[in-house]
Amino acid sequence: MFTVVLYGTALTALAVSYLKNPQKTKQALKKGYKAFTNILPDFLTVILIIGFTLAVLSPETVSKYIGTNSGFLGLAVASVVGAVTLIPGFIAFPLAKALVESGAGLVPIAAFVSTLMMVGFVTIPLEIKYFGKKATYIRNALAFIFSVAIALIMGVLPWIY
Amino acid sequence: MDLLKRYRWALLLTLLLGLSMILKPDMGFKAASLTGENFLFMLKIIPPIFLILGLLDVWVPKETMIKYMGKGSGLKGSVLAFFLGSAAAGPLYAAFPVAHVLLKKEASLINVFIFIGAWSATKVPPFLFETTSLGLNFAVTRLALILPSIIFIALITFKATKKEEQSIYENAQSF
Repeated sequence: MFTVVLYGTALTALAVSYLKNPQKTKQALKKGYKAFTNILPDFLTVILIIGFTLAVLSPETVSKYIGTNSGFLGLAVASVVGAVTLIPGFIAFPLAKALVESGAGLVPIAAFVSTLMMVGFVTIPLEIKYFGKKATYIRNALAFIFSVAIALIMGVLPWIY
Repeated sequence: MDLLKRYRWALLLTLLLGLSMILKPDMGFKAASLTGENFLFMLKIIPPIFLILGLLDVWVPKETMIKYMGKGSGLKGSVLAFFLGSAAAGPLYAAFPVAHVLLKKEASLINVFIFIGAWSATKVPPFLFETTSLGLNFAVTRLALILPSIIFIALITFKATKKEEQSIYENAQSF
């Protein structure tokens, strides 16, 4: 559905642009293509790394380490797993739910969800290409620290349980 | 030769994937199918995104971007950057090419960082998934804590990269 909307929007925009100015549209296609091929090698690398990572880290393996009484280790494992993996939201949240049902603590889960969304360890090479090393490292490090802090704060709030 | 050099990591990993499929079929095939799945997912969203970006690049005048999200755009620019990021869809790595166009058109760096933060953490569809999976209290509480966090992260990253600002813009113009 989402793909249909996305392709629909892109193709409609392309058609409108072409009717208004074919020359500019050609230029736009060239620019888009150039930006795409420029980043394609990094995309492919990232996707391969994700494939390997997820093949090694199965949900069963993870849930063993982040149980309700897993304490600091559970929090650390959850945060790191979230930071290095890249799972779309529609898979990640049902997975988080399954993990909670199989005994994972809410604090590690909160950390997992936050680092998953904000920290992109495997996409660091990609991010560096656009923002340079310093900004990339700082952003990811801060995102990691804030994710853990948020999880710890949530742990003491009674209404999340 | 240049092409080979650019794709060297991707090629090396593909080779490794082939090897692991032979030597450790269990892990190898799992990795291969996950890579395949992600590759198809990427094919679904990346081409239209780059098409739209190409069109934006050609049709949106730099002056417009500077006016709405540039250095002098103030709080309004930041709020706009925040909503643009939250309204987006797709994984974080799809945000970088969009940020690239924002930088090319001279949106201010702090706004670009806010945009990235919002894209990473406050998008609407994942929030809905979170409420249904982990409960409304959990999701709303996390959102309330995430909001100030992404502002802080953007601010600190911005302050820390003051010296690099110029080179980030120059880099954006280079491709």
